Amino acid sequence: MTETFISWGMDPNWAWGVATICGILLIALPLMLAVAMIIYADRKIWAAIALRRGPNVVGPFGLLQSFADGLKVFLQETIIPTGANRGLFLIAPIITFTVALLAWAVIPFNSGAVLADINVGLLYILAISSLGVYGVILSGWASNSKYPFFSAMRASAQMISYEVSIGFILIGVVLFADSFNMNEIVKAQQGHGLGIVNAFGFNLLLFPLAVMFLISSLAETARAPFDLTEAESELVAGYQTEYSSMSFALFWLGEYANVLLMCTLNAVLFWGGWLPPIDWAPLYVVPGIIWLFIKILIFFFIFSWVKATVPRYRYDQLMRLGWKIFLPISLLWIFLISGYLMLTRYGDCPTSEKVHIAQISNEKTGELVRFDSPRNGWEGVCREKIEPPKVSS
Amino acid sequence: MIQLFAFYLFATIVIASAAMVIFARNPVHSVMWLILAFFNAAGLMLLAGAEFIAMLLVIVYVGAVAVLFLFVVMMLDIDFAELRAGFVRYLPLGALVAIILAAELIFAVGAWSAGGVDLAARAAPAVTDKSNIQQIGELLYTRYIFLFEAAGIVLLVAMIGAIVLTHRQRGGVRTQNISKQNQRRPQDATRLVDPGVGQGMEL
Repeated sequence: MTETFISWGMDPNWAWGVATICGILLIALPLMLAVAMIIYADRKIWAAIALRRGPNVVGPFGLLQSFADGLKVFLQETIIPTGANRGLFLIAPIITFTVALLAWAVIPFNSGAVLADINVGLLYILAISSLGVYGVILSGWASNSKYPFFSAMRASAQMISYEVSIGFILIGVVLFADSFNMNEIVKAQQGHGLGIVNAFGFNLLLFPLAVMFLISSLAETARAPFDLTEAESELVAGYQTEYSSMSFALFWLGEYANVLLMCTLNAVLFWGGWLPPIDWAPLYVVPGIIWLFIKILIFFFIFSWVKATVPRYRYDQLMRLGWKIFLPISLLWIFLISGYLMLTRYGDCPTSEKVHIAQISNEKTGELVRFDSPRNGWEGVCREKIEPPKVSS
Repeated sequence: MIQLFAFYLFATIVIASAAMVIFARNPVHSVMWLILAFFNAAGLMLLAGAEFIAMLLVIVYVGAVAVLFLFVVMMLDIDFAELRAGFVRYLPLGALVAIILAAELIFAVGAWSAGGVDLAARAAPAVTDKSNIQQIGELLYTRYIFLFEAAGIVLLVAMIGAIVLTHRQRGGVRTQNISKQNQRRPQDATRLVDPGVGQGMEL
């Protein structure tokens, strides 16, 4: 996009700035619209499974229901409890909402359509999602009320626990994709399954990880059946009990933006992202963003389906699932995957001469420094043959 | 230009929020300022081109360490009057620490401006066409493999130590046996009986 603005006769620095702002708006505005529609879809799916009608009054088929709700919330009075810690009470929903938007910066919508094409994209997402805890803890604490505080404790413990297993699951994906860059991860999935299917999920080694990631993402976004943080029968409405008006709406929007983000991550990391499901030329005619949307919507449907059908977990069951089942399995899977990759990708050269060792002269001393360099087009490195690098003193 | 602006912005916020960590009266506010400081330090790392370290800083310190701080601080019931009462008593020790820190800073700045030790010669060779993670990985798993694994062992020992120190076994606690529960079938657990009038039944 920067080039377009430069071709219009703009100064490169300004063009970059304007292009970035346009990119942010191009992601954030449709995202907000999508969140409004996804809330409607969530209610409709839930209603259909429960044999109800769902929202059907405002607009055709009730399509404008979310906007009506938004308007109502916007016109309400903001109530701040007397005992609340005013500043933190107001900052907490803003943190939740902002963090939910921030992570979208590295999501690839098409081959080149990424706002920030950084090398550490996946780590960025981990870093940003670990910030989501703060909105929750702060809102619970700043409300100065018992139930929100209990809920905040539960929610943060839950998010931290599942972040651990999510981290290990992502390592498995990174090992296969050979990169932390989101776009590279998508490209690595091209023809991954038998040369036909564009998805990591069909790999037998990665399929269990895909399932665990789906369940963990339900827990990470505190969706049913892991929505203990807002278990009505125990905790009123959870950490947002004391909130009203726009501050409540920000929590609501942030929550659904997070759900969409997790659906997108499922699609991008395991099911091919913007690639068509099958590596077949005519399918590439359809723009990648449409494939991505279809995948996101399928995952969102699964999320709603689960919400409507699965009963809520007990808290100790939730913790058991995270720490005693997902964590050991994902750890074991990292060993399995790295072992498999060592056998198939890197370990094929005890007899051949395919040993490449980087020789880079040290800038200061001019001495040659050697070290192992398996990436960037250098193939078949045999680790036994690499000499330990000399330390130039 | 924009780098300079970003650097001064991040640096100013780091210093200001670090000062606010000390000056904030409410400990929870202190932790929040600390998080802001971590964040902007990560921004500085990004400016230095160390994107991997920046992300790790956020993941480890903001995502894990500061959350623990926040938990502890929220749970503590701190009496501020009592805290301030000890101010005079701790003043000499605090002053000593402050003087040592200031002296070290002055030494460091002096040594740096005097030309510095030739550390660059021993540092990693700069390979420009590779990403940060690859460069770190290559050094970490070849040249510094011993230090890396030693650090891992130290962490493992610390973890086991913490578990051993805090674990206590209480008698008379009935815990769930999940697999036993899952194996339970309706046939084993329930019995259908049809007792006659006035007979009752034995369990």
